[in-house]
Amino acid sequence: MRIDMVVNGKEAGGEVEGRTVLSSFLRDQLALTGCHVGCDTSQCGACVVHVDGQAVKSCTMLAAEAAGSEITTIEGMANADGSLNVIQQAFQDHHGLQCGFCTPGMVMSAAALLKENPKPSEAEVRDYLEGNICRCTGYHNIVKAIMAASGQDVVPVAAE
Amino acid sequence: MPKDGGIGASSKRREDVRFLTGEGNYTDDINIRGQAHVFFLRSDVAHGALKGVDTSDAAGMPGVIRIFTGADFEAVGGMPCGWQVTDKHGQPMQEPRHPILAHEKVRHVGEPIAAVVAETLEQARDAAEAISVDIDELPAVVDMKAAVASDDVKVHDDLTSNLCYDWGFVEENKAATDAAFEKAAHVTTLELVNNRLVANPMEPRVAVGDYARGTDDHTLYTTSQNPHVIRLLMGAFVLGIPEHKLRVVAPDVGGGFGTKIFHYQEEAFVTFAAKACNRPVKWTSSRSEAFMSDAHGRDHVTKIELALDAQNNFTAVRTETFANMGAYLSTFAPSVPTWLHGTLMAGNYKTPLVYVNVKAVFTNTVPVDAYRGAGRPEATFQLERVIDKAARELNVDPVELRRQNFIREFPYATPVAVEYDTGDYDATMDKVLEISDREGFAARRAESEAKGKLRGFGINCFIEACGIAPSNLVGQLGARAGLYESATVRVNATGGLVVMTGSHSHGQGHETAFPQVVAEMIGIDESMIEVVHGDTATAPMGMGTYGSRSIAVGGSAMVRATEKIIAKAKKIASHLLEASEGDIELKDGAFSVAGTDKSVAWGDVTLAAYVPHNYPLEDIEPGLEETAFYDPSNFTYPAGAYSCEVEVDPATGEVTIERFASADDFGNVINPMIVEGQVHGGIAQGIGQALLENCAYDENGQLLSASYMDYTMPRADNLPPMDHYVVDHSCQTPCTHNPLGVKGCGEAGAIGSPPTVINAIIDALQSGGHKVDHIDMPATPSRVWSAIHG
Repeated sequence: MRIDMVVNGKEAGGEVEGRTVLSSFLRDQLALTGCHVGCDTSQCGACVVHVDGQAVKSCTMLAAEAAGSEITTIEGMANADGSLNVIQQAFQDHHGLQCGFCTPGMVMSAAALLKENPKPSEAEVRDYLEGNICRCTGYHNIVKAIMAASGQDVVPVAAE
Repeated sequence: MPKDGGIGASSKRREDVRFLTGEGNYTDDINIRGQAHVFFLRSDVAHGALKGVDTSDAAGMPGVIRIFTGADFEAVGGMPCGWQVTDKHGQPMQEPRHPILAHEKVRHVGEPIAAVVAETLEQARDAAEAISVDIDELPAVVDMKAAVASDDVKVHDDLTSNLCYDWGFVEENKAATDAAFEKAAHVTTLELVNNRLVANPMEPRVAVGDYARGTDDHTLYTTSQNPHVIRLLMGAFVLGIPEHKLRVVAPDVGGGFGTKIFHYQEEAFVTFAAKACNRPVKWTSSRSEAFMSDAHGRDHVTKIELALDAQNNFTAVRTETFANMGAYLSTFAPSVPTWLHGTLMAGNYKTPLVYVNVKAVFTNTVPVDAYRGAGRPEATFQLERVIDKAARELNVDPVELRRQNFIREFPYATPVAVEYDTGDYDATMDKVLEISDREGFAARRAESEAKGKLRGFGINCFIEACGIAPSNLVGQLGARAGLYESATVRVNATGGLVVMTGSHSHGQGHETAFPQVVAEMIGIDESMIEVVHGDTATAPMGMGTYGSRSIAVGGSAMVRATEKIIAKAKKIASHLLEASEGDIELKDGAFSVAGTDKSVAWGDVTLAAYVPHNYPLEDIEPGLEETAFYDPSNFTYPAGAYSCEVEVDPATGEVTIERFASADDFGNVINPMIVEGQVHGGIAQGIGQALLENCAYDENGQLLSASYMDYTMPRADNLPPMDHYVVDHSCQTPCTHNPLGVKGCGEAGAIGSPPTVINAIIDALQSGGHKVDHIDMPATPSRVWSAIHG
């Protein structure tokens, strides 16, 4: 079937099977390979994108269900001039990523959190990240990056 | 004052920009025109005779290109093992054949039986469902002691038993060790399990094979920590492809933790099938497949005994360990319970006698190999748990019992064949006690008790052997590879440099940290230096990244190559400055003549090397490119002391980590930010092992924990809170035998933290009057509750 949607502000579409999930459509047909697939049970969150402003695990949504929606992926998160946005910059400043595989999902979840809750506590950040698994960082610097992106004071890297 | 560049600066990671914007290039992001997809039909039984594989219905399904079975691989080699262990009788280990696709028998759940290559992955998967597999299921053997006690169920019919090897180390010490136990004033004994884990890098494994018929060139794109090792193993031992006709590329790799060291069947399959089908062939593992095909880690069952004299000096350590190999020998599996484990059983202590016995056992489970720490976490867990138990039995402070037995003179030759070059175990112990505020523990315990909770303080020391490894030594120990590292430094005409390293970065930040070293040596900006890695077509033959070896071995190779560059550049500068070579000094990116104001810039020298108009062509060649291979003369020995405070809810058995502190001695540190990130990650995996993670099989060999629904990965709320979590690396005794004085930091957290957590839990339970000596990992609420309630 034919589906059309707006992805990162541009019209996009293609032919999909009924069983095609959104993550496959984004990766295979739109070449938006920043959307990563790290599991098959909707647990890891590497594939999180925004669908009409909501954080969604794109491996668990059919592409057809997203027809007509506005989608934002990690490729659409940087500032208009291409520089890192405030969350992305905080992840770099606070070493909130290592191998980078979970990172797109972490940034998308962080953006959704800060929209809902602009000044989250540490416990609220940790709770919100329940659906995002990172194997490299131990989350410490991810939590710190998100707190910093929200404008809260955190200890800078390598000074603790 | 923190530095803003060079060695010791927390330079921000340049690789982050592409990862944060979705521009990374992971193997699954690679799609080649004309690419087909493969789906592996895997065994759903643990052990069975494979009577037949009927592919006739599947072969006619839409999109199917070709279906392969074990019979297609009779003419190629099996999966090789890279390390041969010799048993205590001087005999080589038993080494079974390991086919690419199962042949005659299946030996673990997840073993590939058939492979369907089709136009799309969905078509391949659909066709695989139409394959009819005839298996006579056989009883499976899962328990290691049962596998050794009886030959009723043999994993490999052509081997004499399920015992891979029975290793004694050091065999010559055995009688003296036994005698020391006879004379001991006190003996503490502990039986424990080091739980089976799955590494779980967030990127599942992927392999894409490509073949150019016109030139007979093969290319494999794969999620590997060591592409050259894969090229050598697969080319020479499996498929018979010479290295000059085989290129292996490991692009951005989403974490490894050991499990992406090894050569896997799927890599050989896609390389073979790309030629057989004359199509690029891609395989992408699902997470469910990863659980039953990635090599697992740990899985040791141990009895450890510690002998002490009347003054509480350690006089001997004796262990007996059963180590699970799984159904086949993964690439480096035999080395993990032996040379990466037995050699560390002296720990930080001057125990004069150590005897380690290891029985490596075949079972009907996924192969087991190195996982972050590999052997050293197992050694540390045993030793530090038995010391803690001894302190309790003797009613002495566990800190003081450790201190009393610390090694304090270096170099120190242990009774288990290694020589520690340097260390200061008092310094890291002092530091961890300071940053953990042990003084304030009693008050915090009282607060917990007022809430009906139990609070415990756990302390732990560890040492590891990293910077793997001196090639001549590991050759004697059975390694079928050298363990040097390489680097080529290419200076371009306009002064920029490219470092091509045999190390591989899959999260460690080499692209940032390696240039810091070269920038410091030459006195130029880090941005002038680029690191290239992960492609056998560009990097010199290297052994890759594992065993905390990248900066210690790969970094040293880079230093040696850069030294050659500087030496040649000085010759060029001496010509340009018309001065004696011995008078040329390099500082801040300029060559000057000592004692004069004459100088020439780095860029002028590099330009002269490539535009050699005014150049000593009779003495030196044009160009500025050098290669070095660095073979370390010893291991490095990072060490440290960790502490943990837990709160236990006696009503539910739930454990929370309230405070955690680590004091590591990594020698010199190149990028403190990256080092701390490595420690955070290692500690998270260690806490995961201690509290959450367990790879479980039932008695029939069915994998019970084959998804993230059943295998409990640490999540953000399982780890210590920011305000009570300190990672310190200020105690530094530089390595004495490599040019950077570095020891490596990748595995420390995963080695040091599990016993720290368990020691803290036992301390908490004992404080509540519960006579619990030990809890096996993971210390889940049900296990802790059961321990409390008898």
